[in-house]
Amino acid sequence: MRIIPASDSSLLIVFGNTISPELNQRVITLFRAIQARCDPRIRNLHPAYASLLIDFDPLRMTHDELTAVVRQLDNAVSVAVDEGTEVVTIPVCYDVEFGPDLAEVARHAGLSAEEVIRLHSSPTYLVYFLGFSPGFVYLGGLPDILHTPRLATPRPSIAGGSVGLAGSQTGIYPLDSPGGWRLIGRTPLRMFDPEATPPTRLQPGDRMKFAVIDRATFEKMRSAEDRLA
Amino acid sequence: MTIRVVRPGFFTTVQDVGRYGYAHLGISPAGAADALSLRIANLLVGNEEHTPALEMTLLGATLEFDGDAIVAITGADCDCKIGQDRVLANAAVEVLAGTVLQCGSLTTGARAYLAVHGGVDVPLVMGSASTSVAAHFGGFQGRRLQKGDVLRVRKHNELSVRALHRGTLDRLYGSGALRVTKGAQQDWFAPEALAKLYSGTYIVSEQSDRTGLRLKGEAMHPRERAELLTDGIPLGAIQVPQDGQPIILFVDQQTTGGYPKIANLVAADMHRVGQLRPRDEVRFAEVTIAEAVQALREQEQWLQEIFV
Repeated sequence: MRIIPASDSSLLIVFGNTISPELNQRVITLFRAIQARCDPRIRNLHPAYASLLIDFDPLRMTHDELTAVVRQLDNAVSVAVDEGTEVVTIPVCYDVEFGPDLAEVARHAGLSAEEVIRLHSSPTYLVYFLGFSPGFVYLGGLPDILHTPRLATPRPSIAGGSVGLAGSQTGIYPLDSPGGWRLIGRTPLRMFDPEATPPTRLQPGDRMKFAVIDRATFEKMRSAEDRLA
Repeated sequence: MTIRVVRPGFFTTVQDVGRYGYAHLGISPAGAADALSLRIANLLVGNEEHTPALEMTLLGATLEFDGDAIVAITGADCDCKIGQDRVLANAAVEVLAGTVLQCGSLTTGARAYLAVHGGVDVPLVMGSASTSVAAHFGGFQGRRLQKGDVLRVRKHNELSVRALHRGTLDRLYGSGALRVTKGAQQDWFAPEALAKLYSGTYIVSEQSDRTGLRLKGEAMHPRERAELLTDGIPLGAIQVPQDGQPIILFVDQQTTGGYPKIANLVAADMHRVGQLRPRDEVRFAEVTIAEAVQALREQEQWLQEIFV
Protein backbone atom coordinates (compact mmCIF):
# COMPACT_ATOMS: atom_id res chain seq x y z
CA MET A 1 0.00 0.00 0.00
CA ARG A 2 1.34 3.41 -1.04
CA ILE A 3 -0.09 6.58 0.49
CA ILE A 4 0.41 9.67 -1.68
CA PRO A 5 -0.69 13.22 -0.83
CA ALA A 6 -2.57 13.99 -4.05
CA SER A 7 -3.40 17.58 -3.08
CA ASP A 8 -3.53 19.78 0.03
CA SER A 9 -6.97 18.28 0.73
CA SER A 10 -6.60 14.64 -0.31
CA LEU A 11 -4.70 11.39 0.05
CA LEU A 12 -4.46 8.73 -2.63
CA ILE A 13 -4.17 5.19 -1.31
CA VAL A 14 -2.71 2.91 -4.00
CA PHE A 15 -2.90 -0.86 -3.60
CA GLY A 16 -1.44 -1.78 -6.99
CA ASN A 17 -1.65 -0.95 -10.67
CA THR A 18 -3.57 -3.81 -12.21
CA ILE A 19 -7.24 -4.62 -12.57
CA SER A 20 -8.08 -7.55 -10.34
CA PRO A 21 -10.93 -8.47 -8.01
CA GLU A 22 -8.40 -9.08 -5.20
CA LEU A 23 -6.89 -5.59 -5.32
CA ASN A 24 -10.31 -4.02 -5.72
CA GLN A 25 -11.51 -5.98 -2.68
CA ARG A 26 -8.91 -4.14 -0.58
CA VAL A 27 -10.09 -0.81 -2.02
CA ILE A 28 -13.72 -1.56 -1.27
CA THR A 29 -12.96 -2.87 2.21
CA LEU A 30 -11.10 0.32 3.12
CA PHE A 31 -13.77 2.46 1.40
CA ARG A 32 -16.52 0.84 3.48
CA ALA A 33 -14.53 1.04 6.70
CA ILE A 34 -13.98 4.77 6.23
CA GLN A 35 -17.58 5.33 5.16
CA ALA A 36 -18.79 3.55 8.30
CA ARG A 37 -16.92 6.02 10.51
CA CYS A 38 -19.11 8.90 9.24
CA ASP A 39 -16.24 11.27 10.00
CA PRO A 40 -17.48 14.78 9.12
CA ARG A 41 -13.91 15.82 8.29
CA ILE A 42 -13.91 13.40 5.35
CA ARG A 43 -15.82 14.95 2.46
CA ASN A 44 -15.58 12.52 -0.43
CA LEU A 45 -14.32 9.05 -1.25
CA HIS A 46 -13.32 8.09 -4.81
CA PRO A 47 -12.71 4.33 -5.03
CA ALA A 48 -11.22 3.12 -8.34
CA TYR A 49 -9.81 -0.20 -9.65
CA ALA A 50 -6.88 -0.40 -7.25
CA SER A 51 -6.86 2.89 -5.38
CA LEU A 52 -8.93 5.06 -3.09
CA LEU A 53 -8.80 8.85 -3.13
CA ILE A 54 -9.88 10.45 0.15
CA ASP A 55 -10.89 14.12 0.07
CA PHE A 56 -10.90 15.77 3.48
CA ASP A 57 -10.99 19.15 5.22
CA PRO A 58 -7.34 20.03 5.80
CA LEU A 59 -8.27 22.64 8.42
CA ARG A 60 -9.72 19.95 10.66
CA MET A 61 -7.43 17.03 9.92
CA THR A 62 -3.84 16.65 8.73
CA HIS A 63 -2.48 14.30 6.08
CA ASP A 64 -0.56 12.50 8.85
CA GLU A 65 -3.67 12.02 10.98
CA LEU A 66 -5.56 10.56 8.04
CA THR A 67 -2.60 8.37 7.10
CA ALA A 68 -2.64 6.89 10.62
CA VAL A 69 -6.39 6.19 10.34
CA VAL A 70 -5.92 4.50 6.96
CA ARG A 71 -3.07 2.28 8.20
CA GLN A 72 -5.01 1.26 11.27
CA LEU A 73 -8.16 0.46 9.26
CA ASP A 74 -6.25 -1.44 6.58
CA ASN A 75 -4.62 -3.64 9.23
CA ALA A 76 -7.85 -4.22 11.09
CA VAL A 77 -10.07 -5.08 8.16
CA SER A 78 -7.79 -6.67 5.59
CA VAL A 79 -8.82 -10.13 6.83
CA ALA A 80 -12.53 -9.52 6.47
CA VAL A 81 -13.25 -10.73 2.96
CA ASP A 82 -16.76 -9.87 1.95
CA GLU A 83 -18.39 -12.70 0.06
CA GLY A 84 -21.84 -12.18 1.47
CA THR A 85 -23.01 -9.29 -0.69
CA GLU A 86 -26.23 -10.06 -2.47
CA VAL A 87 -26.23 -10.06 -6.22
CA VAL A 88 -28.14 -7.17 -7.80
CA THR A 89 -30.06 -8.15 -10.94
CA ILE A 90 -30.30 -5.64 -13.77
CA PRO A 91 -32.87 -6.64 -16.41
CA VAL A 92 -31.75 -6.11 -20.01
CA CYS A 93 -33.70 -6.31 -23.24
CA TYR A 94 -31.33 -7.37 -26.03
CA ASP A 95 -33.78 -6.30 -28.75
CA VAL A 96 -32.13 -5.24 -32.06
CA GLU A 97 -33.49 -1.72 -31.67
CA PHE A 98 -31.69 -1.37 -28.31
CA GLY A 99 -28.62 -3.30 -29.41
CA PRO A 100 -27.63 -1.99 -32.84
CA ASP A 101 -24.11 -3.42 -32.43
CA LEU A 102 -25.14 -6.89 -31.25
CA ALA A 103 -24.63 -8.39 -34.73
CA GLU A 104 -21.16 -6.83 -35.03
CA VAL A 105 -20.15 -8.05 -31.55
CA ALA A 106 -21.34 -11.56 -32.54
CA ARG A 107 -19.42 -11.40 -35.82
CA HIS A 108 -16.26 -10.22 -34.04
CA ALA A 109 -16.53 -13.09 -31.54
CA GLY A 110 -17.50 -15.66 -34.17
CA LEU A 111 -20.69 -16.43 -32.29
CA SER A 112 -24.40 -16.13 -32.90
CA ALA A 113 -26.31 -13.21 -31.37
CA GLU A 114 -28.07 -15.68 -29.06
CA GLU A 115 -24.72 -16.95 -27.77
CA VAL A 116 -23.52 -13.38 -27.13
CA ILE A 117 -26.67 -12.71 -25.12
CA ARG A 118 -26.27 -15.95 -23.16
CA LEU A 119 -22.57 -15.23 -22.43
CA HIS A 120 -23.19 -11.59 -21.49
CA SER A 121 -26.03 -12.46 -19.12
CA SER A 122 -24.40 -15.44 -17.38
CA PRO A 123 -21.48 -14.09 -15.30
CA THR A 124 -21.75 -12.42 -11.94
CA TYR A 125 -19.99 -9.09 -12.47
CA LEU A 126 -18.14 -7.08 -9.88
CA VAL A 127 -18.81 -3.34 -9.62
CA TYR A 128 -15.20 -2.15 -9.30
CA PHE A 129 -16.26 1.47 -8.88
CA LEU A 130 -18.43 4.27 -10.27
CA GLY A 131 -17.02 7.23 -12.17
CA PHE A 132 -17.10 9.12 -15.46
CA SER A 133 -20.65 10.33 -14.80
CA PRO A 134 -23.25 9.86 -12.02
CA GLY A 135 -24.12 6.18 -11.73
CA PHE A 136 -21.68 4.95 -14.39
CA VAL A 137 -20.34 1.55 -13.27
CA TYR A 138 -16.99 -0.03 -14.14
CA LEU A 139 -17.70 -3.77 -14.19
CA GLY A 140 -15.28 -6.68 -14.08
CA GLY A 141 -16.03 -10.14 -15.39
CA LEU A 142 -16.87 -9.80 -19.09
CA PRO A 143 -16.04 -13.13 -20.80
CA ASP A 144 -12.84 -12.80 -22.91
CA ILE A 145 -14.55 -13.86 -26.11
CA LEU A 146 -16.85 -10.82 -25.92
CA HIS A 147 -14.01 -8.29 -25.75
CA THR A 148 -14.66 -5.97 -28.71
CA PRO A 149 -12.91 -2.73 -29.69
CA ARG A 150 -14.92 0.43 -29.15
CA LEU A 151 -16.53 2.18 -32.10
CA ALA A 152 -14.10 4.14 -34.28
CA THR A 153 -16.51 7.07 -34.24
CA PRO A 154 -18.53 7.60 -31.05
CA ARG A 155 -22.29 8.09 -31.36
CA PRO A 156 -23.35 11.67 -30.63
CA SER A 157 -26.28 10.50 -28.56
CA ILE A 158 -27.01 7.31 -26.65
CA ALA A 159 -30.20 6.71 -24.69
CA GLY A 160 -29.86 6.36 -20.91
CA GLY A 161 -30.06 2.69 -19.87
CA SER A 162 -28.12 1.47 -22.92
CA VAL A 163 -25.91 -1.53 -22.20
CA GLY A 164 -22.64 -1.69 -24.09
CA LEU A 165 -19.18 -3.19 -24.47
CA ALA A 166 -15.77 -1.63 -25.09
CA GLY A 167 -12.53 -3.57 -24.88
CA SER A 168 -12.69 -5.75 -21.77
CA GLN A 169 -15.42 -3.62 -20.22
CA THR A 170 -19.17 -3.78 -20.17
CA GLY A 171 -21.48 -1.28 -18.58
CA ILE A 172 -24.62 0.81 -18.69
CA TYR A 173 -24.99 4.42 -19.77
CA PRO A 174 -26.99 5.94 -16.88
CA LEU A 175 -27.92 9.14 -18.73
CA ASP A 176 -28.42 10.19 -22.33
CA SER A 177 -24.91 11.00 -23.53
CA PRO A 178 -22.50 10.63 -26.42
CA GLY A 179 -20.35 7.48 -26.33
CA GLY A 180 -18.23 4.98 -28.20
CA TRP A 181 -19.27 1.69 -26.66
CA ARG A 182 -20.86 -1.08 -28.75
CA LEU A 183 -24.52 -1.18 -27.77
CA ILE A 184 -26.09 -4.59 -27.25
CA GLY A 185 -29.20 -3.91 -25.17
CA ARG A 186 -31.01 -1.63 -22.79
CA THR A 187 -32.27 -1.80 -19.21
CA PRO A 188 -35.65 -0.29 -18.36
CA LEU A 189 -34.33 0.70 -14.93
CA ARG A 190 -33.14 4.18 -14.06
CA MET A 191 -29.51 3.66 -13.06
CA PHE A 192 -29.27 7.18 -11.65
CA ASP A 193 -32.12 9.02 -9.95
CA PRO A 194 -31.01 12.11 -8.03
CA GLU A 195 -34.20 12.03 -5.94
CA ALA A 196 -33.76 8.41 -4.81
CA THR A 197 -31.87 7.17 -1.75
CA PRO A 198 -29.34 5.99 -2.68
CA PRO A 199 -29.34 7.85 -6.01
CA THR A 200 -27.70 5.02 -7.93
CA ARG A 201 -28.86 1.43 -8.46
CA LEU A 202 -25.38 0.04 -7.90
CA GLN A 203 -22.70 0.82 -5.34
CA PRO A 204 -18.95 0.23 -5.44
CA GLY A 205 -18.23 -3.38 -4.49
CA ASP A 206 -21.68 -4.69 -5.43
CA ARG A 207 -21.98 -7.89 -7.41
CA MET A 208 -24.47 -7.85 -10.26
CA LYS A 209 -25.97 -9.92 -13.07
CA PHE A 210 -27.77 -9.04 -16.27
CA ALA A 211 -31.11 -10.85 -16.65
CA VAL A 212 -32.62 -11.27 -20.12
CA ILE A 213 -36.09 -9.77 -20.55
CA ASP A 214 -38.26 -9.54 -23.65
CA ARG A 215 -39.57 -6.36 -25.23
CA ALA A 216 -43.01 -6.59 -23.57
CA THR A 217 -41.43 -6.91 -20.12
CA PHE A 218 -39.12 -4.00 -20.93
CA GLU A 219 -42.05 -1.75 -21.83
CA LYS A 220 -43.97 -2.79 -18.70
CA MET A 221 -41.00 -2.15 -16.40
CA ARG A 222 -40.18 1.09 -18.21
CA SER A 223 -43.63 2.54 -17.65
CA ALA A 224 -43.55 1.43 -14.00
CA GLU A 225 -40.26 3.35 -13.64
CA ASP A 226 -41.80 6.40 -15.30
CA ARG A 227 -44.78 6.28 -12.95
CA LEU A 228 -42.42 6.25 -9.96
CA ALA A 229 -40.52 9.26 -11.27
CA MET B 1 -41.07 37.08 -3.00
CA THR B 2 -39.94 36.03 -6.44
CA ILE B 3 -37.34 37.00 -8.99
CA ARG B 4 -38.25 36.77 -12.66
CA VAL B 5 -35.49 36.18 -15.17
CA VAL B 6 -35.87 38.86 -17.86
CA ARG B 7 -32.58 37.91 -19.54
CA PRO B 8 -30.51 35.02 -18.26
CA GLY B 9 -27.08 36.33 -19.27
CA PHE B 10 -24.53 34.00 -20.80
CA PHE B 11 -24.64 31.15 -18.29
CA THR B 12 -26.37 31.65 -14.95
CA THR B 13 -26.96 28.85 -12.45
CA VAL B 14 -28.01 28.40 -8.84
CA GLN B 15 -25.04 27.25 -6.76
CA ASP B 16 -23.99 26.86 -3.15
CA VAL B 17 -20.69 25.60 -1.77
CA GLY B 18 -21.09 22.18 -3.39
CA ARG B 19 -22.40 18.68 -2.95
CA TYR B 20 -20.08 16.46 -0.96
CA GLY B 21 -20.29 12.80 0.01
CA TYR B 22 -21.33 11.31 -3.35
CA ALA B 23 -18.08 11.08 -5.33
CA HIS B 24 -18.14 7.26 -4.93
CA LEU B 25 -21.33 7.29 -7.05
CA GLY B 26 -19.65 9.33 -9.78
CA ILE B 27 -21.15 12.62 -8.58
CA SER B 28 -18.84 15.64 -8.61
CA PRO B 29 -19.28 18.45 -6.06
CA ALA B 30 -20.42 21.19 -8.47
CA GLY B 31 -20.94 24.37 -6.39
CA ALA B 32 -19.69 27.90 -6.92
CA ALA B 33 -16.58 28.15 -9.09
CA ASP B 34 -15.47 31.01 -6.83
CA ALA B 35 -16.91 29.81 -3.54
CA LEU B 36 -15.18 32.57 -1.61
CA SER B 37 -17.17 35.25 -3.46
CA LEU B 38 -20.42 33.35 -2.99
CA ARG B 39 -19.73 33.14 0.74
CA ILE B 40 -18.91 36.86 0.96
CA ALA B 41 -22.10 37.77 -0.94
CA ASN B 42 -24.19 35.72 1.47
CA LEU B 43 -22.52 37.18 4.56
CA LEU B 44 -23.14 40.72 3.23
CA VAL B 45 -26.90 40.15 3.04
CA GLY B 46 -27.03 38.43 6.42
CA ASN B 47 -27.37 34.84 5.15
CA GLU B 48 -25.53 31.74 6.24
CA GLU B 49 -22.47 31.67 4.02
CA HIS B 50 -23.48 28.48 2.17
CA THR B 51 -26.95 29.75 1.15
CA PRO B 52 -27.95 29.16 -2.52
CA ALA B 53 -27.19 32.16 -4.75
CA LEU B 54 -26.78 32.91 -8.46
CA GLU B 55 -23.53 32.37 -10.31
CA MET B 56 -23.36 34.51 -13.48
CA THR B 57 -20.74 33.81 -16.12
CA LEU B 58 -19.17 36.43 -18.45
CA LEU B 59 -22.46 38.26 -18.98
CA GLY B 60 -24.79 38.99 -16.05
CA ALA B 61 -28.53 38.43 -15.84
CA THR B 62 -31.39 40.92 -15.89
CA LEU B 63 -33.78 40.21 -13.04
CA GLU B 64 -37.15 41.64 -12.01
CA PHE B 65 -38.00 41.62 -8.31
CA ASP B 66 -41.68 41.45 -7.34
CA GLY B 67 -40.99 42.40 -3.72
CA ASP B 68 -38.48 44.41 -1.73
CA ALA B 69 -35.18 42.58 -1.45
CA ILE B 70 -31.65 42.99 -0.16
CA VAL B 71 -28.99 41.73 -2.55
CA ALA B 72 -25.20 41.72 -2.81
CA ILE B 73 -23.11 41.24 -5.92
CA THR B 74 -19.56 39.95 -5.58
CA GLY B 75 -16.89 38.32 -7.68
CA ALA B 76 -15.94 39.83 -11.04
CA ASP B 77 -16.90 43.47 -11.68
CA CYS B 78 -20.09 43.54 -13.71
CA ASP B 79 -21.53 47.03 -13.97
CA CYS B 80 -24.97 46.47 -12.45
CA LYS B 81 -27.75 49.01 -12.76
CA ILE B 82 -31.27 49.65 -11.60
CA GLY B 83 -32.63 52.03 -14.23
CA GLN B 84 -29.84 54.58 -14.68
CA ASP B 85 -28.43 54.08 -11.19
CA ARG B 86 -25.30 52.06 -10.69
CA VAL B 87 -25.56 49.36 -8.08
CA LEU B 88 -22.65 49.16 -5.71
CA ALA B 89 -20.76 45.86 -5.76
CA ASN B 90 -19.54 44.08 -2.63
CA ALA B 91 -22.22 45.67 -0.48
CA ALA B 92 -25.75 44.94 0.70
CA VAL B 93 -28.09 46.88 -1.57
CA GLU B 94 -31.84 47.37 -1.35
CA VAL B 95 -33.90 46.49 -4.43
CA LEU B 96 -37.47 47.77 -4.35
CA ALA B 97 -40.51 45.80 -5.48
CA GLY B 98 -41.17 46.09 -9.18
CA THR B 99 -37.67 47.15 -10.15
CA VAL B 100 -35.36 45.51 -12.64
CA LEU B 101 -31.74 44.81 -11.78
CA GLN B 102 -29.57 44.67 -14.85
CA CYS B 103 -26.14 43.05 -14.59
CA GLY B 104 -23.81 43.77 -17.49
CA SER B 105 -20.71 42.21 -18.96
CA LEU B 106 -18.14 40.96 -16.51
CA THR B 107 -14.90 42.82 -16.90
CA THR B 108 -12.36 41.66 -14.34
CA GLY B 109 -13.04 37.94 -14.21
CA ALA B 110 -15.34 35.17 -15.34
CA ARG B 111 -17.99 34.97 -12.64
CA ALA B 112 -20.11 37.23 -10.47
CA TYR B 113 -22.37 36.15 -7.62
CA LEU B 114 -25.71 37.54 -6.64
CA ALA B 115 -26.92 36.64 -3.18
CA VAL B 116 -30.34 37.68 -1.94
CA HIS B 117 -31.34 38.03 1.69
CA GLY B 118 -33.13 34.77 2.57
CA GLY B 119 -31.55 32.86 -0.30
CA VAL B 120 -32.77 31.44 -3.59
CA ASP B 121 -35.35 28.79 -2.73
CA VAL B 122 -34.69 25.56 -4.62
CA PRO B 123 -35.07 22.00 -3.37
CA LEU B 124 -31.92 20.45 -1.96
CA VAL B 125 -30.76 17.40 -3.89
CA MET B 126 -28.34 15.19 -1.96
CA GLY B 127 -28.02 17.99 0.55
CA SER B 128 -27.06 20.73 -1.89
CA ALA B 129 -28.70 23.38 -4.07
CA SER B 130 -25.86 23.32 -6.60
CA THR B 131 -26.72 22.79 -10.24
CA SER B 132 -25.10 19.81 -11.92
CA VAL B 133 -25.56 20.94 -15.51
CA ALA B 134 -24.15 17.85 -17.23
CA ALA B 135 -26.30 15.44 -15.21
CA HIS B 136 -29.39 17.71 -15.20
CA PHE B 137 -30.13 17.86 -11.49
CA GLY B 138 -29.93 20.26 -8.57
CA GLY B 139 -30.29 24.02 -8.65
CA PHE B 140 -33.24 25.36 -10.62
CA GLN B 141 -34.67 22.36 -12.51
CA GLY B 142 -31.18 20.98 -13.07
CA ARG B 143 -30.26 23.55 -15.67
CA ARG B 144 -28.99 27.04 -16.38
CA LEU B 145 -31.56 29.81 -16.04
CA GLN B 146 -33.69 30.80 -19.02
CA LYS B 147 -35.78 33.81 -19.87
CA GLY B 148 -39.08 33.71 -17.96
CA ASP B 149 -37.91 31.49 -15.09
CA VAL B 150 -39.33 32.54 -11.75
CA LEU B 151 -37.12 31.97 -8.72
CA ARG B 152 -38.61 32.00 -5.26
CA VAL B 153 -36.76 33.70 -2.44
CA ARG B 154 -36.88 32.24 1.02
CA LYS B 155 -38.39 34.32 3.82
CA HIS B 156 -35.83 35.42 6.36
CA ASN B 157 -37.01 37.52 9.27
CA GLU B 158 -33.78 38.41 10.95
CA LEU B 159 -32.13 41.15 8.97
CA SER B 160 -28.52 41.74 9.86
CA VAL B 161 -26.71 42.97 6.77
CA ARG B 162 -23.01 43.55 7.01
CA ALA B 163 -20.43 45.75 5.35
CA LEU B 164 -16.83 45.20 4.31
CA HIS B 165 -13.88 47.27 5.41
CA ARG B 166 -12.89 49.66 2.66
CA GLY B 167 -10.48 48.22 0.09
CA THR B 168 -10.54 44.83 1.72
CA LEU B 169 -11.15 42.86 -1.49
CA ASP B 170 -8.47 44.65 -3.51
CA ARG B 171 -6.08 41.77 -3.31
CA LEU B 172 -8.65 38.95 -3.36
CA TYR B 173 -7.53 37.56 -6.71
CA GLY B 174 -3.89 38.66 -6.82
CA SER B 175 -1.88 38.50 -9.99
CA GLY B 176 0.93 36.13 -9.15
CA ALA B 177 1.37 32.52 -10.15
CA LEU B 178 -1.32 30.05 -9.16
CA ARG B 179 -0.01 27.92 -6.34
CA VAL B 180 0.09 24.16 -6.75
CA THR B 181 1.30 21.15 -4.78
CA LYS B 182 2.77 17.99 -6.29
CA GLY B 183 0.28 15.88 -8.24
CA ALA B 184 -0.28 12.19 -7.49
CA GLN B 185 1.75 11.18 -10.57
CA GLN B 186 4.33 13.97 -10.54
CA ASP B 187 7.10 11.34 -10.48
CA TRP B 188 5.98 10.28 -13.96
CA PHE B 189 7.45 13.50 -15.30
CA ALA B 190 11.13 14.29 -15.78
CA PRO B 191 12.56 17.48 -14.25
CA GLU B 192 12.52 19.09 -17.71
CA ALA B 193 8.75 18.59 -17.99
CA LEU B 194 8.25 20.07 -14.53
CA ALA B 195 10.47 22.99 -15.44
CA LYS B 196 8.15 23.71 -18.36
CA LEU B 197 5.14 23.77 -16.05
CA TYR B 198 6.80 26.12 -13.59
CA SER B 199 8.55 28.46 -16.02
CA GLY B 200 6.01 28.58 -18.81
CA THR B 201 3.02 30.79 -19.35
CA TYR B 202 -0.17 28.99 -20.27
CA ILE B 203 -3.22 30.43 -21.98
CA VAL B 204 -6.75 29.45 -20.92
CA SER B 205 -8.42 28.06 -24.05
CA GLU B 206 -11.94 28.72 -25.26
CA GLN B 207 -12.81 25.09 -24.48
CA SER B 208 -12.94 25.78 -20.77
CA ASP B 209 -15.89 25.54 -18.45
CA ARG B 210 -16.85 24.32 -14.99
CA THR B 211 -15.68 20.77 -15.79
CA GLY B 212 -12.18 21.87 -16.60
CA LEU B 213 -9.91 24.58 -17.96
CA ARG B 214 -7.89 23.53 -20.99
CA LEU B 215 -4.58 25.31 -21.16
CA LYS B 216 -2.38 26.00 -24.16
CA GLY B 217 1.36 26.32 -23.86
CA GLU B 218 4.52 24.27 -24.01
CA ALA B 219 3.56 20.60 -24.14
CA MET B 220 4.92 18.27 -21.47
CA HIS B 221 4.98 14.51 -21.54
CA PRO B 222 5.57 11.74 -19.01
CA ARG B 223 8.96 9.97 -19.19
CA GLU B 224 7.40 6.95 -20.83
CA ARG B 225 4.07 6.38 -22.45
CA ALA B 226 2.81 4.21 -19.61
CA GLU B 227 -0.91 3.98 -19.19
CA LEU B 228 -2.35 5.07 -15.88
CA LEU B 229 -4.90 2.82 -14.27
CA THR B 230 -7.96 5.03 -13.75
CA ASP B 231 -7.93 6.61 -10.29
CA GLY B 232 -9.76 9.30 -8.32
CA ILE B 233 -9.31 12.95 -9.30
CA PRO B 234 -8.95 15.61 -6.61
CA LEU B 235 -10.52 19.03 -7.20
CA GLY B 236 -8.06 21.26 -9.04
CA ALA B 237 -5.88 18.45 -10.37
CA ILE B 238 -3.74 19.39 -13.37
CA GLN B 239 -3.85 16.39 -15.65
CA VAL B 240 -1.76 15.89 -18.73
CA PRO B 241 -3.46 14.05 -21.57
CA GLN B 242 -1.59 12.59 -24.55
CA ASP B 243 -1.22 15.92 -26.39
CA GLY B 244 0.78 17.25 -23.45
CA GLN B 245 -1.46 20.28 -22.92
CA PRO B 246 -2.51 20.50 -19.27
CA ILE B 247 -6.12 20.60 -18.07
CA ILE B 248 -7.18 21.96 -14.67
CA LEU B 249 -10.05 19.78 -13.51
CA PHE B 250 -12.70 21.83 -11.83
CA VAL B 251 -15.95 21.72 -9.85
CA ASP B 252 -18.02 19.77 -12.44
CA GLN B 253 -15.15 17.39 -13.22
CA GLN B 254 -15.36 13.62 -13.57
CA THR B 255 -14.70 11.87 -10.27
CA THR B 256 -12.20 9.44 -11.81
CA GLY B 257 -9.86 9.57 -14.77
CA GLY B 258 -6.94 7.94 -16.50
CA TYR B 259 -4.44 10.72 -17.26
CA PRO B 260 -1.42 11.41 -15.04
CA LYS B 261 -1.78 14.36 -12.70
CA ILE B 262 1.34 16.47 -12.56
CA ALA B 263 0.26 19.03 -9.97
CA ASN B 264 -2.78 20.20 -8.02
CA LEU B 265 -4.12 23.67 -7.34
CA VAL B 266 -4.08 24.63 -3.68
CA ALA B 267 -7.48 25.08 -2.04
CA ALA B 268 -6.64 28.71 -1.20
CA ASP B 269 -6.33 29.57 -4.93
CA MET B 270 -9.40 27.69 -6.19
CA HIS B 271 -11.45 30.93 -6.26
CA ARG B 272 -8.88 32.41 -8.65
CA VAL B 273 -9.35 29.49 -11.03
CA GLY B 274 -13.09 30.23 -10.96
CA GLN B 275 -12.36 33.72 -12.26
CA LEU B 276 -10.16 32.71 -15.21
CA ARG B 277 -11.49 33.72 -18.61
CA PRO B 278 -10.62 32.31 -22.01
CA ARG B 279 -7.31 33.83 -23.24
CA ASP B 280 -6.15 34.69 -19.71
CA GLU B 281 -2.52 33.84 -19.01
CA VAL B 282 -1.60 31.68 -16.06
CA ARG B 283 1.64 30.64 -14.42
CA PHE B 284 2.20 28.05 -11.73
CA ALA B 285 4.43 27.91 -8.67
CA GLU B 286 4.90 24.90 -6.44
CA VAL B 287 4.44 25.13 -2.69
CA THR B 288 4.54 22.46 0.00
CA ILE B 289 1.37 20.96 1.43
CA ALA B 290 2.15 22.67 4.76
CA GLU B 291 2.36 26.05 2.99
CA ALA B 292 -0.87 25.35 1.11
CA VAL B 293 -2.79 24.46 4.28
CA GLN B 294 -1.35 27.50 6.04
CA ALA B 295 -2.54 29.70 3.15
CA LEU B 296 -6.03 28.22 3.47
CA ARG B 297 -6.01 28.79 7.23
CA GLU B 298 -5.02 32.43 6.69
CA GLN B 299 -7.73 32.86 4.05
CA GLU B 300 -10.40 31.58 6.45
CA GLN B 301 -9.06 33.90 9.15
CA TRP B 302 -9.12 36.80 6.66
CA LEU B 303 -12.78 36.03 5.86
CA GLN B 304 -13.60 36.53 9.54
CA GLU B 305 -11.86 39.89 9.65
CA ILE B 306 -13.01 41.68 6.50
CA PHE B 307 -16.44 42.66 7.83
CA VAL B 308 -17.03 45.84 9.79
